[in-house]
Amino acid sequence: MANKFVQFNNVSFRYDEEAPYALKNVSFSVFEGEWLAIVGHNGSGKSTLAKLMNGLLFPEEGDVYINHLKLSEELVWDIRDQVGMVFQNPDNQFVGTTVQDDVAFGLENHGIPRDEMVERVHEALRHVNMVDFLDQEPHHLSGGQKQRVAIASVLALRPKIIILDEATSMLDPRGRNEVLEVVRELKNKENLTIISITHDLDEAAKADRIIVMNKGQVYREGLPEDIFMMDDELTKLGLDIPFTTKLVKSLRENGYDIPKDILQEEKLVDYIWKLKQNI
Amino acid sequence: MEIKTKHLEYVYQKNSPFEKRALYNINITIPENSYTAIIGHTGSGKSTLLQHFNGLLQPTSGEIQIGDLVIGSEKKKKGLKSIRKKVGIVFQFPEHQLFEETVEKDICFGPMNFGLSEEEAKIRAKKALKQVGLNEEFLQKSPFDLSGGQMRRIAIAGVLAMKPEVLVLDEPTAGLDPRGRTEIMDMFYSLYKQHGISIVLVTHSMEDASKYADHIIVMHKGTVYKYGTPREIFDSPEELIKLGLDVPESIRFQLKLEEKIGAQIGKQPSISINELTDNILSYLKRGDIQ
Amino acid sequence: MMEKMIFGRYIPVESVIHRMDPRAKLIIVFLFIFVVFLANNPMTYGLLGVFTFIALLLSNIKISFIIKGLRFLFWLILFTFLLHIFFTKEGELLVSWGFIKIYEGGLIQGIYISLRFFFLILFTSLLTLTTTPIEITDGLESLLNPLKKLKFPVHELALMLSIALRFIPTLMDETEKIMKAQQARGVDFSEGSLTTRAKAIIPLLIPLFINAFKRADELATAMEARGYRGGEGRTKYRLLKWDLRDTLALLILIALSVTLILLRN
Repeated sequence: MANKFVQFNNVSFRYDEEAPYALKNVSFSVFEGEWLAIVGHNGSGKSTLAKLMNGLLFPEEGDVYINHLKLSEELVWDIRDQVGMVFQNPDNQFVGTTVQDDVAFGLENHGIPRDEMVERVHEALRHVNMVDFLDQEPHHLSGGQKQRVAIASVLALRPKIIILDEATSMLDPRGRNEVLEVVRELKNKENLTIISITHDLDEAAKADRIIVMNKGQVYREGLPEDIFMMDDELTKLGLDIPFTTKLVKSLRENGYDIPKDILQEEKLVDYIWKLKQNI
Repeated sequence: MEIKTKHLEYVYQKNSPFEKRALYNINITIPENSYTAIIGHTGSGKSTLLQHFNGLLQPTSGEIQIGDLVIGSEKKKKGLKSIRKKVGIVFQFPEHQLFEETVEKDICFGPMNFGLSEEEAKIRAKKALKQVGLNEEFLQKSPFDLSGGQMRRIAIAGVLAMKPEVLVLDEPTAGLDPRGRTEIMDMFYSLYKQHGISIVLVTHSMEDASKYADHIIVMHKGTVYKYGTPREIFDSPEELIKLGLDVPESIRFQLKLEEKIGAQIGKQPSISINELTDNILSYLKRGDIQ
Repeated sequence: MMEKMIFGRYIPVESVIHRMDPRAKLIIVFLFIFVVFLANNPMTYGLLGVFTFIALLLSNIKISFIIKGLRFLFWLILFTFLLHIFFTKEGELLVSWGFIKIYEGGLIQGIYISLRFFFLILFTSLLTLTTTPIEITDGLESLLNPLKKLKFPVHELALMLSIALRFIPTLMDETEKIMKAQQARGVDFSEGSLTTRAKAIIPLLIPLFINAFKRADELATAMEARGYRGGEGRTKYRLLKWDLRDTLALLILIALSVTLILLRN
């Protein structure tokens, strides 16, 4: 099995002692180089998970390991070096006055020499197709563009893992596609581990593996096709199922025995076409 | 109440070096008790247009008629307040407008601004809270102790409590999870069906537009590109795709399948998953391959 | 209204003055405040005028544009001018019209003070017209750097300033958005008595503050996640480059001061 890059061992967490547990006894692993989607309705504990992965929060019980380092006050900065986070609100994570200043911010924090910074800023912006916007100010950018800059800011620090904490939920469809396209390309080109925390099932369908969170606990873990076969169970958890799964279901109800695990539209198109040839 | 525009034009910062035309030649009618969806890219003028519906913006030329009131480009129009009572707007991320100590006070804020007594406003607050699916326990809570989804509902209740005849919604479900989205959209739909309210929905979701609306306005670069029923709008999906807009998933799938087959299935694009299923079934059952 | 005011606004055109190091510009403007007071006769005022005028020409910004933009400040100049004319009673009596008496000394004094004021305003607005706010911040940070030894939080101050600059447009948009949302709920910001209007501000200010705090909180989290741990050990991406032209500009100002000292009475 591949290297376990993130490991949660029986992690519990509360925001304060009177509050109910936001996470209760959560255990799971993320493997190096995979794209994992963590889904769940708002309040299911998925964003708390993200904050525990780079020491913005610490577990009340249990342990979190990032690249075999145990999360603790002493190691928190070493861990943050390996974990890049892209947050939900495009505006509230844009620190610099221009695109290039924003990408440089993290590098400045790490004391990188200026010549290297210039190189890394350009490289990171090339990866997200924003190199033409070097001197643009944030209020002249669209939400999707700002999120791409946020990804570049994270990339410039060369993390091993990027966490997208509902990074597309405030974007319009165009912005969402731009961001997901960039993430997919990155994952293919670089050996990056990606964790996307989302309630967008189309986004989750693009992942290698999905964890479904409910009431602060891991409800189910599996391949996208396994997860989406849960069907009505997902709807009961306040989630949705992707369009292709809905269509397969509808065709099955009408007497066509189409395999439940078809997720990609292209595959379903092919399947229907072949079905017709064989009639 | 009907809303009608005639050659409406809006220019930001007119007669300054920063002048920018946001809308031009807008001629639309939003009939009484109708459900209209406005679709188009960010920056196509949707948000500017909807601010005309309750006089937050006045046309820089042309006019808009809201009920009996005609607003043109004349200096500061009187009587806008009465219009704002009849046309409620739920802006994007409306939870950002909450400010009172309790949910009850915040919901009462609108109605009391329009002259209702505290007692009457409180009755309305209770009712509005129920409409958005929250129980009375919330009345005395601070809106800032609630979850994002609950805050959104409170803000919507604050507009509903004004009892508007027209409800304008600017992407009311942005950022909500799937369950919250469905619940809120269904709630608006029942307001339209049961209480005779007109709904104007600005949305990026073609699914919502085709599922709920009886009219769709397609905005492009500051003017109306197309106006019609969902059937009419989605009958030529290529046009929308050309503008870079999405089409409902069922149509997108049908186009892919037709491309593979090299022929059309069904008479027209399927605007729902049921239609698509029927079209696929009839294709599979048909003997000949074209 | 904000659009018409140019005081404190950056105009992005190409010019020698634009390309100058913000530190040089800051030093020169600072020194200029004192240099202006060296002038005390027609010759020296003339020289100051020529100097200011040349600086304006070099900045490549339309003079008519500057004059238009600074119109509201001219009322202030006019006011000081009149003040001096009416209240300085020196020299020959020039005009006597009822209780208004204008003396030669007053007239000259009025002209001189107004010119001084005029040159100062032109020169300082030249700084903001040709330098982006962030460049000014960088320049200030660099110039104040020695104060770090005295435990003065130079880096923190500069960071605060730059974040404030970055968020001004965002908060302006937000103000407008909340204002419209409350107007849609029946608030009237422009009508009614002073107290009603003051009350109308509350539904605007509270959400604005709450959202600003939320933003600040999220921004702090994002900064921390990107490894921000204070100014210690940080490098700087924005580069200030002191060129020959900056040294030259400074020398010219010194030459001007020396000439002024020599020419003044």
